[in-house]
Amino acid sequence: MANLHEFFFQIYPYIAGSVFLLGSVLRFERGQYTWTSDSSELLRRGTLRFGSNLFHIGVLFLFMGHVIGILMPEVFGIMGIGLRGHQLTAMISGGLFGFACLVGLVMLIHRRMTEPRIRATTRVMDLVVLIWILITLSFGLCTLYFSAQELSGSNLIPLSQWARHIMTFHGGAASFAMELPLVYQIHMVLGMTLFALIPFSRLVHIWSGFALVVYLLRPYQVMRPGLRQR
Amino acid sequence: MRVRAQVAMVMNLDKCIGCHTCSITCKNVWTSREGMEYVWFNNVETKPGVGYPHEWENQERWNGGWERKDNGTIKPKQGARWQILTNIFSNPNLPQLDDYYEPFTFDYNTLQHAPEGSTVPTARPMSIITGEVKDKIEWGPNWDDDLGGESAERLKDVNADGIDPDRLAAFENTFLFYLPRICEHCLNPTCVASCPSGSIYKREEDGIVLVDQDKCRGWRMCVSGCPYKKIYYNWHTGKAEKCTFCYPRIESGQPTICSETCVGRLRYLGVLLYDADRIEQSASVEQEQDLYEAQLGLFLDPKDPAVQAQARQDGISDNWLEAAKRSPVYKLAVEWRLAFPLHPEYRTLPMVWYIPPLSPVSNSVKTAHAETDELPDSSSLRIPVRYLAHLLTAGKEEPIVRALDRLLAMRRYMRKKDMGGDAVMSLPRVGLSENQIEEMYRYLAIADYEDRYVIPTSHQEALSHSFDDQGSCGFSADSRFSEGVTGASLFAGKERSNAQLISVDEIRRGNRRP
Repeated sequence: MANLHEFFFQIYPYIAGSVFLLGSVLRFERGQYTWTSDSSELLRRGTLRFGSNLFHIGVLFLFMGHVIGILMPEVFGIMGIGLRGHQLTAMISGGLFGFACLVGLVMLIHRRMTEPRIRATTRVMDLVVLIWILITLSFGLCTLYFSAQELSGSNLIPLSQWARHIMTFHGGAASFAMELPLVYQIHMVLGMTLFALIPFSRLVHIWSGFALVVYLLRPYQVMRPGLRQR
Repeated sequence: MRVRAQVAMVMNLDKCIGCHTCSITCKNVWTSREGMEYVWFNNVETKPGVGYPHEWENQERWNGGWERKDNGTIKPKQGARWQILTNIFSNPNLPQLDDYYEPFTFDYNTLQHAPEGSTVPTARPMSIITGEVKDKIEWGPNWDDDLGGESAERLKDVNADGIDPDRLAAFENTFLFYLPRICEHCLNPTCVASCPSGSIYKREEDGIVLVDQDKCRGWRMCVSGCPYKKIYYNWHTGKAEKCTFCYPRIESGQPTICSETCVGRLRYLGVLLYDADRIEQSASVEQEQDLYEAQLGLFLDPKDPAVQAQARQDGISDNWLEAAKRSPVYKLAVEWRLAFPLHPEYRTLPMVWYIPPLSPVSNSVKTAHAETDELPDSSSLRIPVRYLAHLLTAGKEEPIVRALDRLLAMRRYMRKKDMGGDAVMSLPRVGLSENQIEEMYRYLAIADYEDRYVIPTSHQEALSHSFDDQGSCGFSADSRFSEGVTGASLFAGKERSNAQLISVDEIRRGNRRP
């Protein structure tokens, strides 16, 4: 059991991270023609208006929340919010956006399964990704129950410590993860695997999504130079 | 002044017979692929009509093109950059497949394999996307061809605004002409401006607007940004595609495939020089009706030594300058003012221009023309000038009337010349000299290949590193990697082989039954 823990919380993060980073670079280099959000909105919009917006806004908030709450918990200290306040903030906002995300996701899955045109053009990987997110999200929402048992914020410390040890390539990270309830642990492994799935699915568009900031700074017109500039 | 060159097109609507040959050859060359079944880079619409996709000209509905803000600048009608990004998860302005049409084939298999029975077997229509048999085909890319369908549908045509509905609905009063459409390769394209990933670009050397297939991320804002709806989303590859102006042909001095195969010989291709510094200013003029003149003001006289000197400095080569001097597009659009941009009010400064069509004498005009052999004047033509003005000059009628008068004067002159009599009389009124009329006749009526297409070859040797291209076969929609590896793809590629999707080929071969 200890070996299993050592694997999942000390070694697996690096495997998943490597697959995620190297896979993304490789796909960008070798198969950029396949790099797309792969929108199905043209075929039939259906419930996309609500489903997609709820899902994306929810999932983006959750991502930012994880980054700030786990990797930079000092932010709360600076704002004068204690550990207990940190946990409450995380639970309420995460719960709210997590639920929005879940509703959106279920709408998206329903649309994909029931609209004939979308179903006919769905690939296995599209479904794998949707279902994987659904399971990961569900476990994430389940942690709310366990958090509510212990409002002191004591779970936040090992979580944060584990993430820091991993990010800074320190040994002994697994011991922090072992302190957490099983639901947390499952959620973490599922989440890490989700990153590893990104290069092999349409999820690569997440990279491009964050790159959209460039659009706000760019002039409207784009011209590729001809003879003179080369 | 900063001189740039573009290969532009003019179509003479007076000669279009609506045969759709351009559409078919274009389809065969560019869009006969999975994901592109519904796409027609070139299509021919009957006017009046709602067109393809449904009501594309109604920007109240689609929000394409640009709009002028109170402060005198312009922004895409679908929203400024941040507004476009807020629509990225679901684009409310995106036409749906049904606005184009659901691509279909027929169940030919049944014709060959139906058991013996008392009735003749029928080939029922089936969706190419789902493979499902459809009860009825509801809409297609040419549903209202030749005024087909109900007149109620035709009355939705926004160009008919202010025209007696009777002239669109009543059979004995109505009119029709054809409008072949391709991408306008605009000077101020909204598709480029709307693309969040910056994958659409205008080529500086010839003005062709292209989508970088590698860089496109399928955000689909270009589709809604383009007011002409000439960017299409390929649902198979998840990328946007558009008319390429057959750039490989243009580069080697050949006309586009739609021009090459045009039976009516109505398309012209030639170089236009324009002042790149004044694009934004021209696109932002206050009054919509001034946009035609504003765009005309961008074009530079290729015979002007000052323009030539500046053009050379800006890197335009001598063979392009020579071609610009002989450009049929310059003659038709600038010299003779016969051709007009399509819907200049979209503020995109389109570069495919149209010569308005003449038409028979209207039934509703009491006229003596029919009794004599005299040609009618432009006010008695069956196609309302107002309709053409809505289409080509944002509603300003004078330029249209002048063009129609010139076309009629040319006919009158040539008729008199052949039949005897004084041919020169009417010319001063339309502002053309005898020489100009003769030349117009040569370009419009004789329309030799060499006069229609004056396309300078591009200097690819300076633009690309051909050494790197050796051994490659250009772009292939099916190659998963640059090496052209086939078979399973590690990275979720495009082998969207779907059990329910039946390709037309397979149906023809009889391998698959619906």
